[in-house]
Amino acid sequence: MTSTLSIHNWFKKKQAEKEVLGRERLDIPGGLWVKCYKCGQALFSKDLESNLKVCPKCNYHFKLTSTERIAQLADEKSFKEINANIRSKDFLGFNDAKPYAKRIKDSITKAKLNDAIVTGLGKICDLPCALGIMDFSFMGGSMGSVVGEKVTRLIEEAIVKKCPVIIFSASGGARMQEGIMSLMQMAKTSAALGRLRENSLPFISVLTDPTTGGTTASFAMLGDINLAEPGALICFAGPRVIEQTIRQKLPPGFQRAEYLLDHGMIDCVINRKDLKETLVKILRWFNNVQR
Amino acid sequence: MSKDKKEKRNLLAIEKPLEDLYQKLEDLKKLAEAGKMELTEEVRQMEKRIEAKRKDLFTNLTPIQTVQIARHLYRPTTLDYIGYIFEDFVELHGDRNFSDDPALVSGLAKLAGRSVVVLGQQKGKSTKENIARNFGMANPEGYRKALRVMRIAERYGRPIISFIDTPGAYCGIGAEERGQAEAIAKNLREMAELTVPFISIVTGEGGSGGALGIGMGNRVLMLEFAIYSVISPEGCASILFRDAKRANDAAVAMKITAKDLLELGIIDDIIKEPAGAAHNNPEQAAVNIKNALINNLEPLLTLSHRELIADRYNKFRKMGIFEEG
Repeated sequence: MTSTLSIHNWFKKKQAEKEVLGRERLDIPGGLWVKCYKCGQALFSKDLESNLKVCPKCNYHFKLTSTERIAQLADEKSFKEINANIRSKDFLGFNDAKPYAKRIKDSITKAKLNDAIVTGLGKICDLPCALGIMDFSFMGGSMGSVVGEKVTRLIEEAIVKKCPVIIFSASGGARMQEGIMSLMQMAKTSAALGRLRENSLPFISVLTDPTTGGTTASFAMLGDINLAEPGALICFAGPRVIEQTIRQKLPPGFQRAEYLLDHGMIDCVINRKDLKETLVKILRWFNNVQR
Repeated sequence: MSKDKKEKRNLLAIEKPLEDLYQKLEDLKKLAEAGKMELTEEVRQMEKRIEAKRKDLFTNLTPIQTVQIARHLYRPTTLDYIGYIFEDFVELHGDRNFSDDPALVSGLAKLAGRSVVVLGQQKGKSTKENIARNFGMANPEGYRKALRVMRIAERYGRPIISFIDTPGAYCGIGAEERGQAEAIAKNLREMAELTVPFISIVTGEGGSGGALGIGMGNRVLMLEFAIYSVISPEGCASILFRDAKRANDAAVAMKITAKDLLELGIIDDIIKEPAGAAHNNPEQAAVNIKNALINNLEPLLTLSHRELIADRYNKFRKMGIFEEG
């Protein structure tokens, strides 16, 4: 056991946390130059865009919005969004720093999305699939009734259309402002995946940075094949919660994609530049065995 | 241990107003014994007063007071209930992969003569016991053991009964490395497809994914003073309200009591607790649970495999409140 709990260290840690948070929140600013969050390298934003938002120097994978993800993967104009008009509702009258109703409204304006996931039918290299792309920019990708419902309907749609499901997760976990109802979305989405499996249709889960809490402990971990982007934080309980619980330093690389690969929890860690090609190979493999 | 002694030891902050009355009752009894005075009527009156006061105290609990009761160190545990409710219990250990998790117990048992499988998180009643039981916080192997025994029940067409009482699934390095998220996720998917009747009862703390990980019954019941929530009130307060001391506000806001959850359609029924909550009369609490189990199991026993799966699927499929259009 390391004793790291002196007051001095505690302040130091707080400061370090603040710095990390500050950087994470920025993500990609609109400026011409972007500093890589990991290695600090100054990058010309056009170059970064053309490199699929991956730092050419250190391979840091920047977070993508759902729009960017679709543009990178789906065949042009093939993506047709479904259930776009489901919106969150403040049914508990929840009020923390801001009333939930207002938080929803502000997030819709800020993220230009109705909730934390975009779902639809599309094609990747002419292979039809049901696509769900979570968006961390909407309330930290938290799963409430809307995310749960859209994931479930996407799976149900895939069963009707007899096509595979691919979901890109990026989520801070359950949306606490919806109380127990957010927890129940874990049950609902996992049950739907059971039905998909009954229908012999594949589910490919792509875990991106970060995938945590109730999202990980439901559909995100249930892929026939689980892929992850390099360096992605993937966990049930976040590192800070664990540190507080066990009062021990965490091992290096803990809960990162590569660590999960080592521990047998995911099938591969795939660089963003190879993601499309890998998905196509997998989809083709499944295509061959289906009826 | 005499009943009075037990009651005194079990007093919670909210039960403090009773302390005086208990003292008076004891004095009366002593007086009656020593002086051989005829005080039967007085004792009876005092007991009545205590009963009335207790009823009063427990009728209008705030959510955070309910949390205290749900977490009470002397609240009956899963093994207590198993002992009271079932016959011929044989505990089954181990997930056949890694180890046996003492925070989650399971086994074969008979409910009113019928073979069933029971399982649930197990808390301790002392610090020592709690350390051994990891405070009822199961590791992945606990959830995998749960699934293993559920599969036994399914193979032989026996109903499953799960008792939920946990602060949450354990968060530690080992738990993460061995796939806590995967273990819970898999249980959710598999529970949805069980071909046997399945009843879950929240008896104490229903702590988030750790609770749901064994909680997808065809019927989900809750003891009167149990709680069920997506995150602990303290956790919610420190994250959303930025102040762990606002746990009461968080408890109110999240709607975590049995009454609230029945209204939200999350649970199917509330099981009444005896006067002064389950810890004051575990035997009576167990009788109430047993009756609820038998009543709820009855209609499920007539359903086919497919109907049972559909019943469970539709139950959870409906959950969620949103706007459309």
